Amino acid sequence: MDNKSEKAARNKKIRHALMLILLAILLFCFVFPFILVIINVFKVKADITTNPLALIGAHGFTLENFPKAMEKMNFWRAFGNSLCITVFATVFTLLLSSMTAFVIVRNNWKATALLFALMIASMVIPFQVLMIPLVSLYGGFLGILNHRATLIFMHVGFSVSMATFMFHGAINTNVPVSLEEAATIDGCSRWQTYWKVVFPLLRPTIATVAIIDAMAFWNDYLLPSLVLAKKELYTIPIATQTFYGTFSTDIGLIMAALLLAMLPILILYLFLQRYIVEGVTAGAVK
Amino acid sequence: MKTNTMSYKCKQFLMFAGITTVVFAAVVIVPFIYGLYLTFTSWDGVSKTKPFVGIANYITTFQDSAFWAAMGRTFFYAIFAVILVNVVAFILAYLVTRGVKGQNFFRAGFFVPNLIGGIVLGYVWKFVFNRAFVAIGNALSVGFLSTSWLATTGGAMLCLIIVAVWQYAGYMMLIYVAGFMSVSNDVLEAAKIDGCTDFQTITKISVPLMVSSFVQCLFLTVTRCFMVYDVNLSLTNGEPFNSSVMAAMHVYNQAFTYKNYGTGQAEALVLFIVCAIIGLLQVYVGKKAEVSA
Repeated sequence: MDNKSEKAARNKKIRHALMLILLAILLFCFVFPFILVIINVFKVKADITTNPLALIGAHGFTLENFPKAMEKMNFWRAFGNSLCITVFATVFTLLLSSMTAFVIVRNNWKATALLFALMIASMVIPFQVLMIPLVSLYGGFLGILNHRATLIFMHVGFSVSMATFMFHGAINTNVPVSLEEAATIDGCSRWQTYWKVVFPLLRPTIATVAIIDAMAFWNDYLLPSLVLAKKELYTIPIATQTFYGTFSTDIGLIMAALLLAMLPILILYLFLQRYIVEGVTAGAVK
Repeated sequence: MKTNTMSYKCKQFLMFAGITTVVFAAVVIVPFIYGLYLTFTSWDGVSKTKPFVGIANYITTFQDSAFWAAMGRTFFYAIFAVILVNVVAFILAYLVTRGVKGQNFFRAGFFVPNLIGGIVLGYVWKFVFNRAFVAIGNALSVGFLSTSWLATTGGAMLCLIIVAVWQYAGYMMLIYVAGFMSVSNDVLEAAKIDGCTDFQTITKISVPLMVSSFVQCLFLTVTRCFMVYDVNLSLTNGEPFNSSVMAAMHVYNQAFTYKNYGTGQAEALVLFIVCAIIGLLQVYVGKKAEVSA
């Protein structure tokens, strides 16, 4: 009997070791493109062309790609634009959609039902159907393209239905009506009840929605490229795309630009990894 | 305070949902309706007038062989990408839920590609396909690696599928992981006592109990694959010889490059209808599978 369980334990150990090796190989395949960028970013152009796989180039280690790429893609300006747009769009989405979800959940009126139905239905509309009329309306009629505020406005408009849907579920399950009634008896108006009682209870969903939307805003390319045509308004994805178009032969600079474009979100991931993984899973399963 | 008067309701609605309604209408509802109108005009994007042309744009759409070729390519791409993404994601999820040391680290690692935008990913992979694979091919003198896959017509589509698998597998893995975790240990132990092998436990117990995860993942991958644009733009830009232009890119070019806004919008609408049908079909089939499981 002892022998048998020992054997089973050993089998299990071997299986785990095999799985560990398999996982390590798979993970290497997954991060291989990133490793490649990192080893080539410290090489001069000639070394990258002769052997992109060598760890250190024949001309040795160099840092000169970074300052050049930063200057030419105007990295800090693009970073600032991306940050500003992401932060404002995320905050507005969170505030507006949670408030909307509150009034929808707690009041069974025709207006709230209609709004919610429209929001749910709109989630199946792909962006391609809206991009041409958007450019036509906001560029042709109103002439307000090329403003960060316009892009923030559109980001909020696109993300608000999904976010409202998620807050709708959260209020339904996590916010007891009795708590709100108690607040009302204590003399709170609906507005006060919302901010003092309901909003603080929504914290987990706020984190989830914030992570999903902030990542989507930060990485979005198509909408920003249609709205922001001026160089000084470029976000990181647009700046990367334009940079690649101009310097595609100077591969060392390209490596630096790509690494710079990835770095902010990778650094954030190092610190918030658990929250990001949890948030994205929670958002997808809902 | 009276809570059933019209003025109270209006005030409450405007206070909590007023701004949202305006923004949502201005960005989604109005452009959608205006877009329907645009399909009946031949607007070039510049002129003040939008001449009414009836259903001419729809006729052009149905005769536009480039559009249907792009649609066919999108179907081809979506079918392969969706299957491979889900197979890889399921295997990854299985491996990282067996209690192997450091499985959280692996989960976090496989998810990394999802953090980065399609434009940047496309350029990174362009470097991998054009330089690294070619260098490996030359070093080991492997014929099929020594020319860039991106330069051949079939190869470019293959590259797009590879990148899709790499990009989405980690995300779908997380959903399958949640699915694996939701299967209760009691059931698994009961199966073990009844003499199930590991393989049987997965196919007969876990998979049927995870139907909702599969539905979720299929829905997410199908919609993403049909709408792919960023990676398409940065990795292949439709090259070589327009052999990798997919539907979303075709719509973009039709409108913003060739300035046929009306036709572009009509084609976008056809794309939307196709997606909506696939989406509904999926929900229907998914619901049925869930009930029978």
